Amino acid sequence: MSTHPAVIESNAASWTLPSRGKVGMVSLIIAESAIFTIFIAAYIFYIGKSISGPSPHEILRIPIMTTICLLSSSLTMHWAVTALEKGQTSVFISFWLLTFALGAIFIGGTAREWHHLIVDQGFTIQTNLFGTTYYSLVGLHASHVTAGLIALFIVGAFGLAGKLKREHSERCEVIAMYWHFVDAVWVVVFTVVYIIGR
Amino acid sequence: MATHALPLSAEKTALGTIYEWIGTADHKKIGLMYIVYSLLFLVIMGIEAILMRIQLAHANSTFLSPQVFNRLFTMHGTTGVFFVAMPILFGFGNYLVPLMIGARDMAFPRLNAFSFWMTAFGGFLLYASFFAGVGLSQAGIAPDVGWFAYAPLTSPVFSPGHNTDYWTLSLLLAGVGSIAGAANMIATVLCLRCPGMTLSRMPLLAWMNLVMGGLILVTISPLTAAQLMLMVDRYIGGHFFDVAAGGSVVMWIHFFWIFGHPEVYVLIIPCFGFVSEIVPVFSRKAMFGYPAMVAASVGIGFVSLGVWAHHMFTVGMPSYGNAFFVLTTMVVAVPTGIKIFNWLATMWGGKIRFATPMMFCIGFLFQFLIAGLSGIMLATAPFDWQLANSYFVVAHFHYVIVGGILFSIFAAFYYWFPKMAGRTLDETLGQWHFWMFLIGFHLTFDFMHIPGVLGMPRRIYTYEAGRGWETWNLISSIGVVFQVAGILIFVFNMIRSYAKGVPAGNDPWDAWTLEWATTSPPPDYNLARIPEVLSRRPLWDIKHPEDPDWRYE
Repeated sequence: MSTHPAVIESNAASWTLPSRGKVGMVSLIIAESAIFTIFIAAYIFYIGKSISGPSPHEILRIPIMTTICLLSSSLTMHWAVTALEKGQTSVFISFWLLTFALGAIFIGGTAREWHHLIVDQGFTIQTNLFGTTYYSLVGLHASHVTAGLIALFIVGAFGLAGKLKREHSERCEVIAMYWHFVDAVWVVVFTVVYIIGR
Repeated sequence: MATHALPLSAEKTALGTIYEWIGTADHKKIGLMYIVYSLLFLVIMGIEAILMRIQLAHANSTFLSPQVFNRLFTMHGTTGVFFVAMPILFGFGNYLVPLMIGARDMAFPRLNAFSFWMTAFGGFLLYASFFAGVGLSQAGIAPDVGWFAYAPLTSPVFSPGHNTDYWTLSLLLAGVGSIAGAANMIATVLCLRCPGMTLSRMPLLAWMNLVMGGLILVTISPLTAAQLMLMVDRYIGGHFFDVAAGGSVVMWIHFFWIFGHPEVYVLIIPCFGFVSEIVPVFSRKAMFGYPAMVAASVGIGFVSLGVWAHHMFTVGMPSYGNAFFVLTTMVVAVPTGIKIFNWLATMWGGKIRFATPMMFCIGFLFQFLIAGLSGIMLATAPFDWQLANSYFVVAHFHYVIVGGILFSIFAAFYYWFPKMAGRTLDETLGQWHFWMFLIGFHLTFDFMHIPGVLGMPRRIYTYEAGRGWETWNLISSIGVVFQVAGILIFVFNMIRSYAKGVPAGNDPWDAWTLEWATTSPPPDYNLARIPEVLSRRPLWDIKHPEDPDWRYE
C-alpha cells in the first residue's frame, strides 16, 4: 500500500530560468574572449622577436587619456542602466550619450595614435613582427569597440526619440555587459602591449 | 466577406513553398535543412573518397594527378568536418532539443536561421573554388593544402593562387554560424526548459548539446583567430607565420590543434547523446548512471581542451611538453570509458530489441572502443613517432568518425525519421544497410591500420610496388563498394519510406522523452500544452501513472 502522495507538489508557479538575452551575451563574450586570448598569446610569444624595425619601447606612447575615457565609460554605462531600471529616462539618456562620447573619444584617440605611427613614422602592419601583432591586437579590440558604438548609437537614437522605458532596461543591460567586456579586454590589452611588452 | 491576401509563405504554390523554407525561423524546418544539406555534402565527400581509393588501390597508379589528389584529400577532410558532421549534428540538435525540453522553439529563432545560412553559404563558397578557376591560367583551384592548412604552405609565397583563401573564408563563414548556433543552443537549454525539468531531469541528448555548445564557443574561436592571422599575412603583408621576419609556423600548428582537437569532441559528444537516448529504449531499461554520464561528458569537454599537442609529437617539442600531452590524452580516456561501461550496464539485464537503430548503436559501441584503443596507442609519444602522419592515423580517425560518429548518426536517422517524416523506415532495408555498411567499413578501415604500421605515409598520391602495401590498399578500396551499397540502400529507404512508408503515429518505439508525446511530424507549436515534468522519463510517467519514475528518482 503506497504511502506516497498522489500528486507531487507543483513547481510550476515558482519555475524561473535565466534570461536568454543574458545567457546569449555571456556565450558571445566567452567566444570573443577565446579569440582575444589567441591574439594575446601570439603577441606575448612574439615580444622581442622582431628581426628588424622599431621596438615597442622606441615607438609606443602610453595612451593614458583614451584609456581613462574608455574605463570611465563603463561607469557611465552602469549609471545609465541603473537609471533606466528606476524609470529615470532623462538621466539614462544623458549617461548613455556620455558613454557613447567617451567611447568615441577612445576610437578617435586610437585613430590619432595610428595616424602618427603610420604616416609620420612609417610604422605599419608590414614593418615587422611587432607591427603585425600590435595592429592586429589593438585593431581587433578597436573593431569591437566600434561595433559597440554602433549598438550604443542605435539605442541612443531610440532613447532620444523617447521610445525607451523601464521595461527595456534588461535589453540595455545586455548591451552593457558587452560594453563592460570590451573594457575588460582593453585592460588586458593595455597591460600586455603598453606595460609588459615595452 | 472580405478576402485577405495570404503572406507569400502561406500559399501552397511552388514559390510559396520555397519562400516558406528560405524564410523560416522554425527550428524543425531549419533542422531538416541542416540535415538535407549535410547529406548532399556527405555524398560529395564520398565521391571524393571513392576517387582517392581508386587511385590508391594499385601501386604507381596514374588515375589521378598529384595536384588533383591533393585537392581531393583537402576538400574531403574540410567538407567532412565542417559541412557534413557539424551541420548534421546541429540539425538533429535544433530539431530535437526544443521538443525534448518542452519548448516551442530555440531561444533565438532568427539567429538560428542566420546560423544555417552562414554555414550553407560557407559550403557553397568552398565548392565554388572548383569552378572559379575557369578563365584563369589554372582551371579549378580548390584548396590543396590539407584540411589543416599548415603554414608556411599557406603563405603567399608557397600558395600564390586563391585556393587557400577559399578555405579560409568559407570556414570563417561556417565558424560564425557555428558560434551563433552554439550560443543559441546554450540559451535554449538553460532558459527554455518546461516547468519541473531541472537540469538533472533533462534528456541526455539535451545535456550533450549543452556541452557541445559550450565547447564550440572556446573551440571554433581559436580557429577564427588563426584564420584572421592568416588573412593578415596573405592580404596585407603581415608576418604572423613568416619565418623570415621572426614569425613561427609552429604557432599556426598550435593554434590549429587548439581548435582541431576539441573540435573532434564537439563532433562526438552529440553522438553520445544519440546513443544515450536509443540504447535505453531498445533495452527497455532506463539509462544506467545518469549523473555519471553527465559528469563524464562535462569532464571530457574540459579535458579535451588540454590534449591538443598530441597531434604535434613529431613537431619537436621538448620532452616535458610531449610528456604532459601524453598524460592528458590518456586521462581523457577515463571518462570515456565510464560512459561505455554505463551503456553496457544499461543493456545488461534489459530486454534488448535488435531493431536497426539499436544495431547501429551496438556497432558504435564496439567500433568507438576500438578507435579509442588505437588512439591510446597513438597517445604514447614514442609509438606515435613511428606512426604519425601514416595511414595508422588515418585508420584511427576514420574509425572514430565513420565507425563511431556516422554509425550513431545512422542510428539517429532510423530512430527519429518516423518523428520527422511521419513514417517509419523499412526495417528490412535498414538491416541490409547496416550489414552492407558494416562489412564495407571493416574491410576499408580495419585493414588500413596495417599499411600504416608498415610505414605508408598519408597524403601521398601513389606509392611504389614492393613495399608490402598493395594488398591492404586493395582490400581497403574494395570495402568502398560495400559502403556505397549501404548508403544507396539507405537513401532509397528514406525516399521510399517518405512517400509510402508505414505511418508512424506519435510513439512508434514506446519511448520516454517528450518529442514522442506529440504527433509525427510535430505541429508548428510542438506541444499543445507545455507539460510539467516530474522525472527523467516524462512520457513514461504519462503512460504509466500507476508506476511513475518520480517515486524512484
